[in-house]
Amino acid sequence: MALLELPAWTALAPALLLALTAMALFIIDSIAPDSRNSGLLAGTTAAGSIVSLGVAVWYLLAGVGTPTVDGGRGVIDVLGNQFVVDQLALFFMVIVAVVTALVAVASYDYMEDHTYQAEYYSLVLLAATGMSFMAAANSLVTIFIALELASLPSYALVSILKDNRGSVEAGLKYFLIGALSSAIFVYGISLVYGATGHLQLENIAAVIEAGEVASDGGHEIADVGGLLGLGILMLIGGFAFKTASVPFHFWAPEAYEGAPAPISAFLSSASKAAGFVIAFRVFTEAFPVAETASAIGVDWALAFIILAIVTMTLGNFAAATQNNVKRMLAYSSIGHAGYALIGLAGISAGGGELVMGAAMMHLFVYGFMNTGAFLFVALAEYWGVGRTFEDYNGLGRRAPVACFALAIFMFSLAGIPPLGGFWSKYFLFTGALEAGLLVVAAALVINSALSLYYYSRLVKAVWIEEPAVERETLSQPVGLYAAIVVAAVMTLALLPLFGPVADTAVDAATAMLA
Amino acid sequence: MMIEALIAVALVGAFVTFVAPNRIAGKLAFAISLIPATLSLWMFAAFDGSGNALLDGELAFASEFEWIQFGEYSISWLVGLDGISMPLVVLTTILSSLAIVSSWTPIDERESQFYGLVLFIEANLIGVFAALDFFVWFIFWEAVLIPMYLLIGIWGGPRRKYAAIKFFIYTNVASLVMFGAFIALVFGLGDVTTFALPDVTTAMLNGGPDGFLGIGGTTLASLVFVAMFLGFAVKVPIVPFHTWLPDAHVEAPTPASVLLAGVLLKMGTYALLRFNFTMFPTEVIEPFVIPIAAIAVISVIYGAMLALAQTDLKRIVAYSSVSSMGYVILGLIAYTQFGVGGATFQMVSHGLISGLMFMAVGVIYNATHTRMVTDMSGMADRMPVAVGILVAGAFGYMGLPLMSGFFGEFTIFFGAFGAEGLAYSQVFTALAMFGIVIVAGYLLFALQRTVFGPYHLETDYDVDRAPLHDIAPMFVLLGLIILLGVAPELIFEMITDAVDPILETGGEL
Repeated sequence: MALLELPAWTALAPALLLALTAMALFIIDSIAPDSRNSGLLAGTTAAGSIVSLGVAVWYLLAGVGTPTVDGGRGVIDVLGNQFVVDQLALFFMVIVAVVTALVAVASYDYMEDHTYQAEYYSLVLLAATGMSFMAAANSLVTIFIALELASLPSYALVSILKDNRGSVEAGLKYFLIGALSSAIFVYGISLVYGATGHLQLENIAAVIEAGEVASDGGHEIADVGGLLGLGILMLIGGFAFKTASVPFHFWAPEAYEGAPAPISAFLSSASKAAGFVIAFRVFTEAFPVAETASAIGVDWALAFIILAIVTMTLGNFAAATQNNVKRMLAYSSIGHAGYALIGLAGISAGGGELVMGAAMMHLFVYGFMNTGAFLFVALAEYWGVGRTFEDYNGLGRRAPVACFALAIFMFSLAGIPPLGGFWSKYFLFTGALEAGLLVVAAALVINSALSLYYYSRLVKAVWIEEPAVERETLSQPVGLYAAIVVAAVMTLALLPLFGPVADTAVDAATAMLA
Repeated sequence: MMIEALIAVALVGAFVTFVAPNRIAGKLAFAISLIPATLSLWMFAAFDGSGNALLDGELAFASEFEWIQFGEYSISWLVGLDGISMPLVVLTTILSSLAIVSSWTPIDERESQFYGLVLFIEANLIGVFAALDFFVWFIFWEAVLIPMYLLIGIWGGPRRKYAAIKFFIYTNVASLVMFGAFIALVFGLGDVTTFALPDVTTAMLNGGPDGFLGIGGTTLASLVFVAMFLGFAVKVPIVPFHTWLPDAHVEAPTPASVLLAGVLLKMGTYALLRFNFTMFPTEVIEPFVIPIAAIAVISVIYGAMLALAQTDLKRIVAYSSVSSMGYVILGLIAYTQFGVGGATFQMVSHGLISGLMFMAVGVIYNATHTRMVTDMSGMADRMPVAVGILVAGAFGYMGLPLMSGFFGEFTIFFGAFGAEGLAYSQVFTALAMFGIVIVAGYLLFALQRTVFGPYHLETDYDVDRAPLHDIAPMFVLLGLIILLGVAPELIFEMITDAVDPILETGGEL
């Protein structure tokens, strides 16, 4: 195939294009530092991410990562296997690029009157570059570097509204917890390295499968089981931070609430997905379940079963008690991290590729419906209507199109049938059943039913309640509206068009677990 | 592709109407809704199906595509019509058009959103009756809920928020129960890897499930039967799951009531017929025959008694729906050609008659702004035409010969009386027939007080003759009711053609 004859490094093009666009923004900014031409900046950002999206989709269609006829995996290795581009990587690169594009378009209106525009957009792109690299990183070192590349711009983005106390406070909290979890993560890496002598994921797996480290005098893996187990636990802590799961979830409500709403959308959708892709890759490639369990004495899938149930329950119960819309969405985002964790919890069982594939589909749909929901909050902030459910009362009278889109996002997040969110939740449910995780499946159903309460509450507020104050006609910012409508159309369109997404996700998961 | 065309026109029309200016939305929605109405009438004329859709029947307008593959299970887009679903599709398209016209007067705010939602409901209702894959069916089934919730919640009466949320929670919980039960059934069937209803039916009638999660096959089949019955019972609704209905009906705006009583309730009885009484072999149904017949009779009598106690015209009509749906259940459980066929006929007939009644009550309310029986009398004096139609509709409800209600109820009683599988069938039938007496009682009582006697109105409004666009849809409905009463074989033939295979394959109860 023609594509495979390109130089291998071009396989990373989706990530490199994002980096290149960030550079282009620096150049634009250095030519016209005081320019407030947000159209140019947002346009460049959106164009760059759409090209990145196009390339990633093209690679997927061209069959990168599909097992070849001669028995190969069809995976492209870059830099001596430090990065691999396979279906898993491309699938998540697509999610990151989509969310970046939506956020860029929406920011055009949201950031209109702010200073530091060029910095804003280039930070978004750099964070996206990091997330895109996270999707492809294949050794603990590159994973850590990519993770930091995604995190550092995020801290700055959360606190970019420098004059806003909430934003700065959120940024500081996010940074402190992020620094702590990075430290834990990197210490976990060092422990794993100490136990196995390798950083490359497949080499770690080889050592664990062999049961001993041959070089440097050598030792049995079982002798350092505790060390390895502690290392794995610390790695899980790092993932939990990035995906906003228990026990490192508590930064999320503050950060999402204080950050500019498009950045909340960006972090809760793209950043979460990127956190999950490294978790998927590390735990399918580096730590084969049976051998690791015999070395460290515990099945790591058990940790994820507990985390999944606790995370989804905590997120949903906390979301149900919120009065502030943005905080409700933040907790709901924690709840959804719990749903996606089912993918990791079920990997070890037979049929694990189904449940992992279902989690990937869920993150894909989530990229549209959750981004859209946060962008609606961005729109509400743009209008200046306030933050609580009551402030949203009666918006449907003034802005029916945006509120219709909001209803789509909410019902899709709740997993009600005519929308994309229904499929991914249903597949998570059946996947969990097939993997024998009855308790997890039951927790999923109960939490979904509960979540309908607070999601429908928002729909009720905008559509059914009477407005508390008389409102003038609300403006219709082009960028925000366009982003919201696109996200809504995609959430709807994913109902009939779910087949290819499901196939790709299950294929990618099958390839990882093979 | 005809069915897809019907659904697509209504869906696209819904979006177009949603963004159209309020001023023209009503007319635009009506114009759009005429397309599926005409199309479905043409389909009715060109109908070439035979047999039952689930039992290897010849489907009309069928189409099938692979949709999603997940693991070993595949989900397909599978739609098609048989003699049971065809009349219901026509009922849906016609009632939707008429409901749109009947909203021109009462709906005076946010029109484009209102008509958009009505068209959206229409699209999904067509889908419910045409879908033959469980997932396709379930998606349409659930998609009806959200717009109906909004119709009641936004344009409803004073207690609309309570009514809307009650409707939503009742029907959604019921759907969840039914959904879980059906999925468990398919997983329990083992070698079935599709959700296509015909495949599931074949497997059910040839051995049934092996068991799931440690529950044995026979027990699983019975549990699923009960769970699905309960799920659909809420939708129908059957006593004691009926309490959402009067609230929803009374608070809903007239056109929403028309669709709710006319078509949405039929979703429940249609699903009972398709799933519970077609899919399950008679051994599974047998232990539940007496309880279901008893519930049916209780619904008939209790619903009618409740109607007798009401003073709100709309509540009277709403409760009488509970009573009428009881007849349908009785016909289904009788499990004879006349019983099941009559029940299906009654679904269509009740859709027309209750739609007419709600419209007539709506027209009176538009003029008087009250629905209380005690607030008015002698309305015939001021609104002769509207009241005339109301009286005609009431006679249809009471089962006057040469109107469709007579044929529906008569065949049900005829089928139930001689039902061999139903013990004490004569007693059940006799008790249910007593319901008719009560129906006549409360309708005549209400009419006597409101439309006859000297003119008097408590509220302070000038009552004038209703405009033509309020009256015209009622005339169309009345015409259809009489047409089906005079010539029931128009649809009864295709219904029995689709019902017979159920009774043949299912065997004697």
